[in-house]
Amino acid sequence: MEEKVIICKDLTKRFGEFYAVNKISFEVNKGEIFGFLGANGAGKTTAMRILCGLSHPSSGEATVAGFNVYKQQESIKKNIGYMSQKFSLYENLTVLENIEFFGGVYGVPAAEIKKRTTQLLEQLGLTAEAKKFVGALPLGWKQKLAFSVAIFHRPKIVFLDEPTGGVDPVTRRQFWDMIYAAAAAGITIFVTTHYMDEAEYCNRVTIMVDGKVEALDTPANLKTQFSADNMDQVFYQLARRAQRSGD
Amino acid sequence: MSAVLLDHITKTYDNGKVLAVDDVSLQVAEGELFGLIGPDGAGKTSLFRILTTLLLPDKGQAAVRGYDCAKDYKIIRSKIGYMPGKFSLYQDLTVKENLDFFATLFGSSITENYALIKDIYEQIKPFNDRRAGKLSGGMKQKLALCCALIHKPEVLFLDEPTTGVDVVSRKEFWEMLRQLKQQGITIVVSTPYMDEAMLCERIALIQGGKIMSVDTPAAIMAQFPVKLYAIKADNIYRLLTALRTNPTVESSYAFGEYIHITLHENATIAGLQQQMQREGHTNVAAKPIQPGVEDSFIRLMNQA
Amino acid sequence: MKQFLAFIRKEFFHVFRDKRTLLIMFGLPVVQIVLFGFALTSEVKDITLTIVDHARDVNTRQLIGKIKSSSYFIVSEAPLDDNGIADAFKKGRSRCALIFPANFGSDLQHGGKAQLQIITDGSDPNTAKTVINYISAITTAYQQEVSPAARLPYMIVPETRMLYNEEGNGSLNFIPGVMALVLMIVCTALTSVSVVREKELGTMEILLVSPFQPLMVLIAKAIPYLILSLANFILILVLAVFVLNVGIKGSILLLFLESMLFIITCLSLGLLISNTTNSQQTALLLSMMGMMIPTMIFTGFMFPLENMPLIFRYISNLIPSRWYFLVVKAVMLKGLGFEYVWKETLVLLGMTTAALAVALRNFKTRLS
Repeated sequence: MEEKVIICKDLTKRFGEFYAVNKISFEVNKGEIFGFLGANGAGKTTAMRILCGLSHPSSGEATVAGFNVYKQQESIKKNIGYMSQKFSLYENLTVLENIEFFGGVYGVPAAEIKKRTTQLLEQLGLTAEAKKFVGALPLGWKQKLAFSVAIFHRPKIVFLDEPTGGVDPVTRRQFWDMIYAAAAAGITIFVTTHYMDEAEYCNRVTIMVDGKVEALDTPANLKTQFSADNMDQVFYQLARRAQRSGD
Repeated sequence: MSAVLLDHITKTYDNGKVLAVDDVSLQVAEGELFGLIGPDGAGKTSLFRILTTLLLPDKGQAAVRGYDCAKDYKIIRSKIGYMPGKFSLYQDLTVKENLDFFATLFGSSITENYALIKDIYEQIKPFNDRRAGKLSGGMKQKLALCCALIHKPEVLFLDEPTTGVDVVSRKEFWEMLRQLKQQGITIVVSTPYMDEAMLCERIALIQGGKIMSVDTPAAIMAQFPVKLYAIKADNIYRLLTALRTNPTVESSYAFGEYIHITLHENATIAGLQQQMQREGHTNVAAKPIQPGVEDSFIRLMNQA
Repeated sequence: MKQFLAFIRKEFFHVFRDKRTLLIMFGLPVVQIVLFGFALTSEVKDITLTIVDHARDVNTRQLIGKIKSSSYFIVSEAPLDDNGIADAFKKGRSRCALIFPANFGSDLQHGGKAQLQIITDGSDPNTAKTVINYISAITTAYQQEVSPAARLPYMIVPETRMLYNEEGNGSLNFIPGVMALVLMIVCTALTSVSVVREKELGTMEILLVSPFQPLMVLIAKAIPYLILSLANFILILVLAVFVLNVGIKGSILLLFLESMLFIITCLSLGLLISNTTNSQQTALLLSMMGMMIPTMIFTGFMFPLENMPLIFRYISNLIPSRWYFLVVKAVMLKGLGFEYVWKETLVLLGMTTAALAVALRNFKTRLS
């Protein structure tokens, strides 16, 4: 049996009378690229916050990397990486300083930071830019660097919240190459995106509507199930049914 | 007379250190739905700000409906509608108060041009007394569009109106634009989403401050110089890695469940398919396909 | 005009829907008045005084009685033991001590010359000095009572009188200062933040692109804050009169007009700040640090300008609140008319014109 790194069972988050996340259940395998889709207000962000150990669920069970989301939030945080389009790196620190800082935050030993940094800069082709401020880098490079930093401490799972928004099509694909490579190295990828073609790159895709998981399968099976040509149509068919909307 | 004219426009920031727009020329015809397609940082917003008279270009001339963007800025300001990329209305005012304010600001009223905004406004009217900050992304965007339309502009500039908005709202939004176009309003819209390019009549592909191509989406796709194939196998990532090192493959990019590839001369897709199977890839399937805007964009980017 | 009114209405919506703005606007004056009025007065009151009386004669009894009857001291009489004094000082029970030697009365009556010892807490030199002055004054007065003037025919008796604040109300000097400070902070900070907020929101782009005159945007932004600041000014006056019992001696109309002028100065500075910044934090920091600190230091209500090095005195001339402070002191506390403050008014007027001109000139009809 495959190792499960995220297990959710009837996970619920309620704000007063409003069920932001309503009894969602799913499991994510080790090394899987797991797409997490949904319209604005479907509850994606809330669910992701719970899984990252940032917020307590109202009811239900969930473990992330083997740790309980109620009691072991600190252990969860040590074992995951996180990157979003909005928050990634400190623009007024250099590339090197950013890597050292985040490596240090996650308790990577100094010698190890040094070794991995050299390796990372080489892979990204950023060795010459190591002493430049992150703010001066083009957006595409920033995003790639941010991803590398998010997996710098070799987390079991990395959560990516719309990592490729606004990035040019070539860089976007280079970014996905990095995701594939990380997955092949055994890191589980949990990713949200607005680009439906990116949903196709995922091993399995969840689509949330109004706080519930309305679909969960491989892209190919979902397309068959909804008799659609592509994921865009699948998503549209589901999201159109949404009763509520919000951010 | 063209609705929008850009003639050799160059714009730099930080005393010439950052080149945002590099010698851009293009024209938008009256009543056209024109798309500026490009990623963040391509120079789209700078072009919008020049056209809406908010910035002066370093070099070149810009005009809207024949009025010069530098000299006749006052006239232009009364004739255009503009929705900036980060426009977020007044969060602490209600829907109605926002609309009223912008209507009055532009010397109009909600009732005066009601026909124009009717279809859009009726969708948000039930939330008239709700503060704009409490609206969903899709509704905010509709309200912002109403505010930009309220004075019946002749040319409408929309800077990335669909960024950060979900697929359903995006589709609705484009439907609204199509209807506005039918009422004779010239629309210039920018987007980082390549799939939205197909919804424009003509598009400009922009990257690094330069226009790579201006034409109808169909023409741009037809200009794709070589044959394009889509190929897939069970393990798509392994296939992609193999294709990258294969000498017969000129380019290979993941597109959803397929990989889009172009081949070097003398190579055949059948030959490649067989080779992949021999190398142990399972269920290899390949077919020739029509290139999309994104294929063209990538190709033009790589040529530059 | 319709646009203008719509704009002003919108601006009021912003203010009244934002609790933080309201708090700064109307909470700040109350806090400042209470703080400066009650807590930070320079007046010395209720000093704990320990008296050690070795003489225990008629004269010391009479003198102690005089000291007790003044409102400045809380007197405790220690046993006849000097060590008790040191102890009282260390434990903080006493801040000064008065010691009469055993033969105080007979020295005074026979030799005409008696000694007494005043011990004060030098770690607080200001209070110490004040205490010495108070006690000296009381003993001098007593001395005149007991020794008829005939014995010392040529004695000069200096009679001091504090003008304009005869009862020694310590909060008096602070009121003009607090008025200057509060108006400065509120007008400058709120105006600059409200303009910069539009930049952050992206609405500024729409305002600029609209046919509404860019200059009118600034003026329409300033007017609500002018009105609110005037309300604020009235609030401070009411607090001053009814809470701190500071009367307005001069013309209220003159005071009002001068304050309006000062408010416009501050608004212009706020607009000036908003021109140069693009984030609300920077705007707030600039108005707080850039305006509040110089106002506190250079206005003259906390630190006397006369004691400052020459260069600082020159700098203080550039601070608008310094001039407003002088005007308010003259009109409100001394009851003087316009003929005494026209110079200060002229300076303020000049500063306002300059600031407003620069602010309006720098306000861009475009983004950069």
